[in-house]
Amino acid sequence: MGAEQFQKHILTVITFLPLAGAALIALIPRRATTAIKAVAFAVSAATFAISVPLFFWFRTGTPGMQFTVDVPWITLLGQQAIRYSVGIDGISLFMVLLTTFLTMIAIAGSFAGIKDREREYYALMLMLETGMLGVFIALDLVLFYVFWEAMLIPMYFIIGVWGGPRRIYAAVKFFIYTMAGSLLMLVAIIAMAVMKYQATGVLTFSVQELYGLEMARGTQTLLFLAYALAFAIKVPMFPFHTWLPDAHVEAPTAGSVILAGVLLKMGTYGFLRFCIPFFPEASLAFAPVMIALGIIGIIYGALVALVQPDMKKLVAYSSVSHLGVSVLGIFVFTLQGAQGSLVQMISHGFSTGALFLLVGMIYERRHTRLIEDYGGIWAVMPKYGAIFIIITMASIGLPFLSGFVGEWLVLVGSWLANPWYAVLAATGAILSACYMLWMLQRVLQGPITRDENRALKDLNFREMVVLVPLVAGTIWLGVYPKPFLDRMEPSVDNVIRMVQTAGVSSPAAYQADAAAGEEAR
Amino acid sequence: MIGDFLWLIPAFPLAGVLVNGLLGHRLPRMLSGTVACLAVLGSAVVSVMGLLHLLQTPAGQAREIHQTLFPWISTGSFQTSVSLMLDPLSAVMACVVTGVGFLIHVYSTGYMAHDPRYHRYFTYLNLFTFAMLLLVLADNFLLMFVGWEGVGLCSYLLIGFWFQKPSAAAAGKKAFLVNRVGDFGFLLGMLFIFAVFGSLDYRVVFDKVAAEPGAITATLTAICLLLFVGATGKSAQIPLYVWLPDAMEGPTPVSALIHAATMVTAGVYMVARCSILFVNAPAALLVIAIIGAATALFAATIGLVQNDIKRVLAYSTVSQLGYMFMACGVGAFAAAIFHLMTHAFFKALLFLGAGSVIHGIHEEQDIRRMGGLMKWMPITGFTFWIGTLAIAGIPPLSGFFSKDEIIWYSLAGPMGHWAFWAVGVVTAVLTAFYMARLTFKTFHGQPRMPEEIRSKIHESPLSMTTVLTALAVGAVFAGLVNIPEAIGHRLHLPENSIAAFTHFLEPSIVEKKEAALLIANAAGNAPVGFVRPAPHVDHALELPLMGLTFVLALLSIALGASWYVRRPGTATALAARAPALYSLLLNKYYVDEIYSAIIVRPGMAFSRFLWRGVDVLIIDGLVNAVAWFFGIASRLFRVVQSGYVRGYAAGMLAGALIVIWVLSR
Amino acid sequence: MAWNAPVPFASWVMLSGVLFSIGAVGFLIRKDPIIMFMCIELMLNAGNLLFIAAARYLGIMAGQVFVFFVMAVAAAEVAVGLAIIVAIFRTKSTIDVDEMSGMRG
Repeated sequence: MGAEQFQKHILTVITFLPLAGAALIALIPRRATTAIKAVAFAVSAATFAISVPLFFWFRTGTPGMQFTVDVPWITLLGQQAIRYSVGIDGISLFMVLLTTFLTMIAIAGSFAGIKDREREYYALMLMLETGMLGVFIALDLVLFYVFWEAMLIPMYFIIGVWGGPRRIYAAVKFFIYTMAGSLLMLVAIIAMAVMKYQATGVLTFSVQELYGLEMARGTQTLLFLAYALAFAIKVPMFPFHTWLPDAHVEAPTAGSVILAGVLLKMGTYGFLRFCIPFFPEASLAFAPVMIALGIIGIIYGALVALVQPDMKKLVAYSSVSHLGVSVLGIFVFTLQGAQGSLVQMISHGFSTGALFLLVGMIYERRHTRLIEDYGGIWAVMPKYGAIFIIITMASIGLPFLSGFVGEWLVLVGSWLANPWYAVLAATGAILSACYMLWMLQRVLQGPITRDENRALKDLNFREMVVLVPLVAGTIWLGVYPKPFLDRMEPSVDNVIRMVQTAGVSSPAAYQADAAAGEEAR
Repeated sequence: MIGDFLWLIPAFPLAGVLVNGLLGHRLPRMLSGTVACLAVLGSAVVSVMGLLHLLQTPAGQAREIHQTLFPWISTGSFQTSVSLMLDPLSAVMACVVTGVGFLIHVYSTGYMAHDPRYHRYFTYLNLFTFAMLLLVLADNFLLMFVGWEGVGLCSYLLIGFWFQKPSAAAAGKKAFLVNRVGDFGFLLGMLFIFAVFGSLDYRVVFDKVAAEPGAITATLTAICLLLFVGATGKSAQIPLYVWLPDAMEGPTPVSALIHAATMVTAGVYMVARCSILFVNAPAALLVIAIIGAATALFAATIGLVQNDIKRVLAYSTVSQLGYMFMACGVGAFAAAIFHLMTHAFFKALLFLGAGSVIHGIHEEQDIRRMGGLMKWMPITGFTFWIGTLAIAGIPPLSGFFSKDEIIWYSLAGPMGHWAFWAVGVVTAVLTAFYMARLTFKTFHGQPRMPEEIRSKIHESPLSMTTVLTALAVGAVFAGLVNIPEAIGHRLHLPENSIAAFTHFLEPSIVEKKEAALLIANAAGNAPVGFVRPAPHVDHALELPLMGLTFVLALLSIALGASWYVRRPGTATALAARAPALYSLLLNKYYVDEIYSAIIVRPGMAFSRFLWRGVDVLIIDGLVNAVAWFFGIASRLFRVVQSGYVRGYAAGMLAGALIVIWVLSR
Repeated sequence: MAWNAPVPFASWVMLSGVLFSIGAVGFLIRKDPIIMFMCIELMLNAGNLLFIAAARYLGIMAGQVFVFFVMAVAAAEVAVGLAIIVAIFRTKSTIDVDEMSGMRG
């Protein structure tokens, strides 16, 4: 395969390489755990390595899809309706990179924690990676939906088999919750294709061809809600978030990293890619609701995190808070807000991924995640403490670390939309410092109160190798975000423009219109 | 040109951070400390070169050097870059930060010599210097905020440096959280500025405001008040001062550097930097003056009765910062910066002196168990006296010039008022008194420490006493750079040596005559009715008033000597006569307890309610209720599934019959 | 009616109905699975009879084709069913259908 061919099909290679790796792992004898780990890591590292050139080959300054491949897949009614159609723009580019990066980290981070059925575990992790990548590159709604659902299955098993004591409850709750949301989305997908067919006689599920589909106001509202529910559950937005703490607490460390780092972003990504461009008017009309839920999420998540006795639960609720910022940034419909939201998603992947790894690392040593079981461990684990502090600072938005860039841009964007949004959202900055620093105080600082903690070993080489890239990413994104911002700007701008064009008939006008429609019926 | 080397100023300490942070545990102690000191010395040298360059620039030319390093957060209309600016104000600040910082680094090599985490300490200290330099050298608000939060982080790390002590860990967290509350205001202020001016660069914002004075007074008032919320956090003003006294849990050199000389003055620097905004918002200035005056007086009264040597100094710092804000509030920004500079010298000196005492008598901090230390620690005692006299405002020490300038302008400044003047004088008297109390109880009178310690008391090592001496020299002479006009003219000094500091700062700070004009202009549009232009005060009054403060300060010191050396027990007797007042002061007006009762505990209770009540009970309860409903429903239907084949067959038959019946109807 | 006159279609339907009912009732009331199998065969053949009669009277051959299918399926079913019965007998030492309720929901 020539270089040009490779560049053309790079997305396909990236997406299906992990699946091939999973198949390879299935062939390795069950006992050869070292080989299994080596292959799993090598495959994920290779996937990441292949995805890195995307960053450099990506053409900035254009909102369009790049690296596209489009071949027929399933024929319906004599038309090549369902297609294998993939591509990335400035929004999905970073989601793909985040996925390959975090999967590699997560696999390297599971070597010590996973001690049984390694073969199945690593095969499932790689299958999960294929599913996640597929979601981000799919440009055909059916293809998207297939990946969206396919990804649930490995995650279900990862939580349900390698999880904590209440793993079955958590896994089932995660699965059903997500499934309940996505079934309505499936209905909406079919409805859109049918409407397009009735209007034009062309049966297609292509995302780009369905952009700008004309539909009645009431229909648009219904379809918007169907999509929004699926994504809101995934994000998760208040009040659909209760599956998250359970899933996080029960999932193994790597499961939590992937869950927080990538899976949650599918919700916010879905809003940007599907919900808003498909239904700009309905998005405008529902923006106040979404913003309100986002802001409630920020404050509510932070307050609840404050009183958690379990470190993983604390981080889980902090995710609710951080993703609230992301949702707010999307639905204020300003360039800064949406860009900030994307940066926040990447940053959250780094910082929360690292936090889950850090919690997992002391869990592997002490088999408890309760804050009260620790105290003063910085004295015996200096490297651990240092990295914990840096990551905490990134998470609470200290400038020159990644969290600040996203939060600040979202605040700028929301202030431009309505200053009160920014005022309320900024309280999150105070509250996040409260819960994170209080946890640090109780875990790292103070005297060592338990004898078991005196003999804790500091991070070993492998653990440092896992954490340092995350720290480096955090600092890079915080100090020099320009390469990120430049690449995402045209695509984000494009999405925002779709809404602003629709907004020419303002939300008020839309509501009046909708009311008139009701009466006419 | 110097403009190409500005980046070196913050880069030196950053390099120190990297060396000590990544390799520190492998380096020998000597090297670790030396690297840290050299890093700060390097940026001190570059800062001084920058200052000299500005001094040589003829007055007509722009005394402002910019250097853009790289673009930072830029999207659409929002553009910021990491770029530095050296103008007289930032040059002075950079010199104070690096100069005093260097001395304190050197002092620390002695003071922290036996600490097991020596390299960690110097990493933090260098990181602090880096952040502080970023704060003062930034040429836009957002980069200033980087430094602003960065120094907060270092403050957190250094207060909690001995994190094994629960009180230190708690104090560090408290400092960070209280500062975050302030930063919330600062953040909103920046957002407001961007929304109004479309940029966060100082030049753009200030030029736009200067172009149309008084045009948007109400907006500017809101912006200025929000920025000032940030300043109250960082510079420990009412109502956010509570963290500073607790911050004394950190190592003493840290208290000297961060919590006296540099970081806590960031708020004053910021207000002076934005003076053009503030003079166009007189209502905000009035708020600042009132808060500053109230803080000065309030903290001084607490300082009167505290028994911990560092806490007395901490409340003194809060009080002196109040002075600086009062100066800003009455429109005398240069006086505030002048006091900031002299205060950096004498307060660092006092803290380091206190550190030397604590070091010498084995970690004792309670002045009730000190006394007579002059005998053992003559250098510390002597230099401490210089600091005391300087802060008490005894001429010709530095504090005299800076404090009297503030007191004078609190009467004669653009926003002056006799009430501010009165507060200034009363606070000066209180300051002289509590400092005299502290000094006399520590260094004079009968030794009150246990016998076994008495034999081990020793003067501190050379690395510490040298620094004390150097700072004492600064505390004595720093005031001479800004001799007030009243004295200068009387003594017939050459014109360019009178108020030289103020004139040097003029390009960066709104000068007071112009301030008066702008304030008067904006006051016309001010939303608050009682903001009025400055009163006319006769300049002839300046010298007599100065004399009055001086005499009162001397009397306070004498009173201190009489109460605490000649007749010890007087103070105790007085305290016994007004026990309520005494315990109110001793317990710091119970402010911590009040905050805990009205904010912290209700907040925690509410959070717990949200978790247990809303999250688990209501939301998750609803989710589980749905699942439960389906569970019940399936349990009903499973009854039909008896497992007997014949049951199913009967069902099928019945079904078939029903279908036939329905179809055949 | 002549001896070789065609039997009216209604008679076939009646016969088939009677056979089917015997089979159905037998299946419901007997406990022995072998008998129950024979009852199933009876029902299937009742159906077959009706198919063939209908094919003859309507002149459509499809009915006869169906019968072949039914016979094949019936044969397969008996084979599998008897195997299952043997397997059950081995584990439970009884083939009384009332003892078998393992499929209870």
